[in-house]
Order: sequence, then structure tokens, then C-alpha cells
Amino acid sequence: MRKPKKLLNNPIDVCREQLEGLIAACGGSLQKIDGISAVVRAGLRDEQVLVLTGGGSGHEPMFAGYVGDGLADAAALGDIFTSPAPNVIMDTVKSANRGKGALFIYGNYAGDNMNFDIAAELLEEEGIPTRTVRVNDDMASAPAHRMQDRRGVAGDMMVLKIAGAAGRHSRELDEVCRLAAKANDNTRTIGVALSPCSLPQTGEFNFDIPEDEFELGMGIHGEPGVRRQKMVPADQLVTELVDSLYGDLALATGDEICLLVNNLGASTYSELLIANRKVHQLLAERGIRIHDTLIGSYCTSQEMSGYSITFFKLDDELKSLYDAPCHSFAWRK
Amino acid sequence: MNATEMSSLLRFVANKMIASEPELTRLDMAVGDGDHGVGMQRGFTAVEKLLSQAPGQAEDIGVLLTRVGTELMSSMGGASGAIFGTLFRAGGKSLTGETVLTTPLLSRFLSSGLDAVCKRGGAKPGDKTMVDALAAAAAVSQSLGSEPLYAALPKIARAAGQGAEGTKQMVAAFGRAKALGERSIGHPDPGAVSMSLILSFMAEGIKRHEPVAL
Repeated sequence: MRKPKKLLNNPIDVCREQLEGLIAACGGSLQKIDGISAVVRAGLRDEQVLVLTGGGSGHEPMFAGYVGDGLADAAALGDIFTSPAPNVIMDTVKSANRGKGALFIYGNYAGDNMNFDIAAELLEEEGIPTRTVRVNDDMASAPAHRMQDRRGVAGDMMVLKIAGAAGRHSRELDEVCRLAAKANDNTRTIGVALSPCSLPQTGEFNFDIPEDEFELGMGIHGEPGVRRQKMVPADQLVTELVDSLYGDLALATGDEICLLVNNLGASTYSELLIANRKVHQLLAERGIRIHDTLIGSYCTSQEMSGYSITFFKLDDELKSLYDAPCHSFAWRK
Repeated sequence: MNATEMSSLLRFVANKMIASEPELTRLDMAVGDGDHGVGMQRGFTAVEKLLSQAPGQAEDIGVLLTRVGTELMSSMGGASGAIFGTLFRAGGKSLTGETVLTTPLLSRFLSSGLDAVCKRGGAKPGDKTMVDALAAAAAVSQSLGSEPLYAALPKIARAAGQGAEGTKQMVAAFGRAKALGERSIGHPDPGAVSMSLILSFMAEGIKRHEPVAL
């Protein structure tokens, strides 16, 4: 069977080496935390809420790519597709803490939930307050009445954007948490995968997708989606994705959103732009304004091909925070 | 079995778990994201290193098991690190002050660990997780209190194996396999298989000490 083909050194060094490369690209604005797989941004202020994100590696540039001014303050990272261990999270918080506690923002996965919860309990015992927002934007992973079961995918970055901006304005943990949770409530994503991802350590594709099929709603670690079907023209698929997002977010004429067309790894800009063209057409027909459009690789899944579409519904409060400047490896505005 | 003997036994288990990586990877690629084998390999490599660095230093078996749990939790990450770390940490803490592992104490380890794992992850028996193997082992161990450890362990391991086998028929209700729904039927839960392997390697390893009074 065909195997993934990658230019690597030792597979067990992949996470460390890619993080070193990221830090080297950031010109001193991103600092490594000694001894663990974690980064913190330079220029943390005294008395600020710490916005901490994290999760498995392998979704580059998520999560470390969103550590920077106006975004996350630090990221704690695990191995490829594996949540970070509690001590990694704790050490990250302790080395970056500015006395106002930490807000944890991460995707809703069993491993992340448990490891961040353990870290939160141990930090609370040491007198460091924490709050948590579990991003659950992946609408394909559970129906609306089980929203708390939904996974977090590319919408993570919208929640981090709002939390990062809020953390620059407010010094209160609960207020930053409220705004991040509100951003999460207003974010929906659905994706489609055309080919599988792999783990560098195993050197094997994680699953098969027949050449003439795609999977709707597949997760960013290859979790099964809603269904597999024969390939269809892009416009037909995008129309279905937009209909789903529109309905789930209960959009109405006059609403305003930010749009993210996210490459899962191996799709071309051509495919992303063709999708974007159709999304804009469909939303214009329905009277939905698009405040900002992001297109590119924001939350990937190794060499999986396919893309996800995220809608982030704005109101005045979220819009002003979204419009605040930010500067990180993966997002600058 | 005193702490020195237990340390030696756990090193044996660690080496066997490291060697089980390909099997666990294969199982996890069917229902999860394929990282369980690599995670267990990473965790038990760290445990092996810990135990070879400090052989027999601890006299307290509870402290030894808790340390193993901390090592698993901090080296693995992932759901497996949290769960297996919690099992050994909580189970180990329930044996603090004990210096000789007996069947009733192993039973206490398993049931205390089970309680903590269920509390941490929210899974219950029937959800197609490692809890199905652990709960089966904990239940059987309670009826074997009068048997010596070397005689009880194979029975406990067999129960865990049956628990793991039983997960084949279940629909995953937890973790990433949950998204598979009915498609998870026919595949065992990799975490349950790991749980059963740990106990079966303990049973295999303890035979080497038989019939020394354990």
C-alpha cells in the first residue's frame, strides 16, 4: 500500500524540530519554555490574564502559530495529535503567569479535557486561578442538541483572536473568559476530507478513502464524519456546507460573519478559492455580509487533503475585538 | 511481593508494553487516530528508565506505583496518559504505607484506580473504553482475596482480557472512536487491550518468581 512520503529526520523529533523552526521564524517574539514543548510570547505585561492554548501538534500552524501580540500568550503542546501532559500545561502557566490567572482555550477532545482539567486542579491548589473554554465548533461531530460533545477544529483560532484581544483590554479573568465563550458560541465549522492523514511516527496513512470518494465532516485527526460519497462538483458540495453552517448558526438576512476557508493540509489554493467564490455568492444571495475572509492553512491535519469552512458570527462587541491588531507567525492584522 | 520485586516486575511489564506498540497502533488505527501504541510506548519507556535509575529505592509499594503513574501521566500526554496515569496514581495512593503487595492489596489498587479513572474521564462500563477491562479485573480480584498473588494474577488478567474482548461488541460512547458509532462494532478498544496486556504481563512476569512466597 502507498505510504506517506516526507522529508524528516528522526520521526520522534518531529514536534521538537518543527517548534524550533517556528521559533526561529519569529525573530524573538516567541520564546521556548525550557525542558518542555511549549512557547510563550515576548512582551507579556504585568497583571494580565494569561490566555493559554494548546493541544496536540500536527495541526500546524495551530497552536503555537497563534501565540503573539493580540492572540494567545502561550501554548502547551503534545506529540502529534496527542494532548499535552498536565505538567507541560502547569509549567507553561507557572513560567508565564502574571498574577491574574490563566484562561485555557483548546479543542473539545477527551484527552485535552482530562489533561487540562488535571492541570487546572493542581494549579488551583497552588493558588493560581484558571478558567476554561472548550472550543466545539465542528458541527459535523454531533447534532445541535449535543453541542457539548462537538469537537474543536479551525474555529479555535477565532476564539483565540477574541480572547487575545479581550486579554489586552481587560485584566479580569472572568471577563476574558466570558468573551471567549461568546466567540465559541458564535463559531461553526464543517469540513470535508479527500485523502487521509498520517502520523510521522507510524509512517502509515491512518485510514483509506477510495480514490473517487470524499468524507463529509471528517475530523482533523481523521475521525469519521457524517458520510462518505462519490466526488461531486465543488459548487454542489460548498452549497451543502454553507446550508449546514447557515442553519446551525441560525443566520438571518443582515447578519455579519467572518469567513475562514481552511486548508486541511494538501489542498491547493485553487480549490480553496473556488470554494470561497461560491460561499461569497451564496451568502450575498441571502443578505449575509462577510466582514473578513481568511483563506489558507490555519488548522491542518498533516497531508490530509480537503478543507473546512468556518463562519464566525459577529456582533458589535465581537467585531471590535476581532478588528483589533494581532501579530503572530500565522496571523497578522 | 516487596517493592524491589515489584520494581523488577514492572520493568518486565514496561518492556513488554514497549514491544506491544505495533499491535496497539494497528488496533487504534481502526477506531482512533492511531497514536495509542506510540503513546504507550513513550510512557512505558519513561517508566522503564525511572525504574532502572532507582532500583529498589522505595520500600513503600504505594509510593512506587504512584511514581509510575506520575511518570506515565507526564510522559505520555493524550487521553491514555491521563487515564493510565490516573489509574496508577490513584491506585498507588490507596496503597501508601504498604510494603508487600498481596492479592487483597492488588484488588484495592484496581478498585481505587477504577473509581478515579471513571471520575476523571466520565466513562462507565459499556462505553467501550479501558474501564471495561479494568472493571472486570477489579470485580474478579475481590473474590480472590485468599489466593496468593501468583495464583490470582492470571485469573485477574484473564478477566481483563475478557473485558477487552467484550468491547468488540460495544458501540463507542467515549473518546474519538465515538464518532464511529455503529462502525466501531467488531473492533476492540485499544485502551482496554492495553489494560488487559498490563495485567497479563504482570501475570507472566510473576511466574518467574514462583513459588517464592508472594
